[in-house]
Amino acid sequence: MGHFFFELKESLFISFRAIRANKIRTILTTLGIVIGVTSVVLMSTALKGMDIAFQDGVAALGSDNIYIDKWSWFDNTIPWWEVRNRKNLDLDEFKKFEELAKLPLAVSPTVWTNQTLKHKDRTLNFNMVTGTNHNYIQTTNLNFAEGRFFTQLESESSRNVVVLGSSVAESLFPRGGGLNQVITIKGRKFRVIGILEQQGSFIMGNFNPDNMAYIPIGVVFKYFHRSDFRSITFNVRAQNNAMLEETKEEAISIMRKIRGLTYDKENDFSINQQEGLLNNINQTTSVIKIAGYFITGLSLFVGAIGIMNIMFVSVKERTREIGIRKAIGAKRRTVLGQFLFESSVICLLGGFLGLAIAVLLSMVVNQFLPTSVQVDAVILAIVISIITGIVSGLAPAYTAAKLDPVDALRYE
Amino acid sequence: MNIINIEHIAKIYQVGSEEVHALADVSLKIDKNEYLAIMGPSGSGKSTLMNILGCLDTPTKGLYDFKGQNVSEMSDNELAKIRNREIGFVFQTFNLLPRSDALHNVELPLIYAGVPSYERKERAREALINVGLGDRIHHKPNELSGGQRQRVAVARALVTQPSIILADEPTGNLDSKTGEEIMLLFNEIHKQGNTIILVTHEEYIAKHAARIIRIRDGFIESDERVPERYIPQLKVQEEN
Repeated sequence: MGHFFFELKESLFISFRAIRANKIRTILTTLGIVIGVTSVVLMSTALKGMDIAFQDGVAALGSDNIYIDKWSWFDNTIPWWEVRNRKNLDLDEFKKFEELAKLPLAVSPTVWTNQTLKHKDRTLNFNMVTGTNHNYIQTTNLNFAEGRFFTQLESESSRNVVVLGSSVAESLFPRGGGLNQVITIKGRKFRVIGILEQQGSFIMGNFNPDNMAYIPIGVVFKYFHRSDFRSITFNVRAQNNAMLEETKEEAISIMRKIRGLTYDKENDFSINQQEGLLNNINQTTSVIKIAGYFITGLSLFVGAIGIMNIMFVSVKERTREIGIRKAIGAKRRTVLGQFLFESSVICLLGGFLGLAIAVLLSMVVNQFLPTSVQVDAVILAIVISIITGIVSGLAPAYTAAKLDPVDALRYE
Repeated sequence: MNIINIEHIAKIYQVGSEEVHALADVSLKIDKNEYLAIMGPSGSGKSTLMNILGCLDTPTKGLYDFKGQNVSEMSDNELAKIRNREIGFVFQTFNLLPRSDALHNVELPLIYAGVPSYERKERAREALINVGLGDRIHHKPNELSGGQRQRVAVARALVTQPSIILADEPTGNLDSKTGEEIMLLFNEIHKQGNTIILVTHEEYIAKHAARIIRIRDGFIESDERVPERYIPQLKVQEEN
């Protein structure tokens, strides 16, 4: 045990001296590992950020929610023509559903329409507008920057009131002060009664609450569309996640009752939930992840080849030194260890440098993705550096270890 | 008491399709505290013999018995251990590690022997003082003269208290005065009870030893006592 420790210490000593003696060479060699480790850390950080962003998006959707819709959002197994021929969900059905459903925390109807929003000379063309009722806010996780959502009275009497998403508010009122101002939607006047906090989830696209305006659902049918224009969606929020399945079962049975479906008929509606979205997201992200790690692995591989190359050169250069060491009693495993150690130290230095660069770059990435370098990424970087060092040092070190002392001593 | 006993040793190299008999048939006994010189022209096989004696190489045929251990059948690691514990090498070209100071160079065999740091430093320092380099322990080889470098090498050879000192042309790269100083050092070491094997092609250097073995074409040509040993008279001086 003593031997091993002394040899290890000597190896450390030798490595640092060799590295100091060949500074430029070591730096250039290390560059491959630096780039490799930087990309590993950045990649894992970015992927984690992507996951978080998607999860935020899903969370904004509400993890305790189910959505009853004519359309299935994620399931492609039902032929689309069958889905298209389904009866639209309408407000009457919603009212029946609301009456019969006992388990949900809240239910609300939603319908989407694209309209032009205006305030003075500022215009938002073809902006997504959600028509819903006063219970909507209870079926989401939205928070208000200012103001409030519409009341039951405003909702049921279809008043011209609007709640704006943060981006919409910013576009129409760049200097703020949007609350209680009047905007027009397709030429109709609406009073702004609330402005939402920024949600910041970029994955929802047009459905991102930031880009949305909310008006009472009755107003949509009063001004913009006939009531049969489009199927509405029922947002159903369970009391908690544990109740989600039961709530879903209840919803299905109520819907079948409303639709008068006999036991031999398939559902002519779809129950959508976050799970479906998650599956979709996971499929997408796993493709990105595989591609990302493949590219990263490639850069590490190139770095490892660089290290291997330089270690071979180093063994060649130090043939005589190896001969001396063997002559005075260094065993094979000692020489092997020495060179493995040296390549590991080089890689580890590269790893730390790469890590430092990655931390700096992740601060830039942080502008787009909600993330920072995590402890596991740091550990990953260090482990990868050491493994790369050992793997790329193995062949050169073995060459050194099996050198014949007589030949090595004679080497000029 | 025999330290080394070799019987009918041969070393055959395969060069292309040809077999080269570097050593044909050599038998030799070396006693404790002998001062032996091995002489021979280049190509005679004396380097091969030295490599085998130094456990750097193993014979193709024959028996090599080192203090009762059969070296001819040892593995690489066992040979490394023998070299580390039992043999001190002094080379013509010094063979010091250029980037290490004198102390670390002398310490090196002790590291491989697993001696703890404190004891190692102490013994290396002592060995350097014994060869007259007490004031040069932190100098690197390129800051030392040829004679001083060779003395570091001698200190390195002695530090493990080996059974034999194997010196391969130790004065070959030195001027005659410095060479003489090194030979004086060997003389002192011999007087302290060490066994020295000197490999040289210079008659004058060989005359420092008590016994000369001449090799030619892979055979021992002669093995005789030196009637009038040359005892160096110069005093070892600290070089400044």
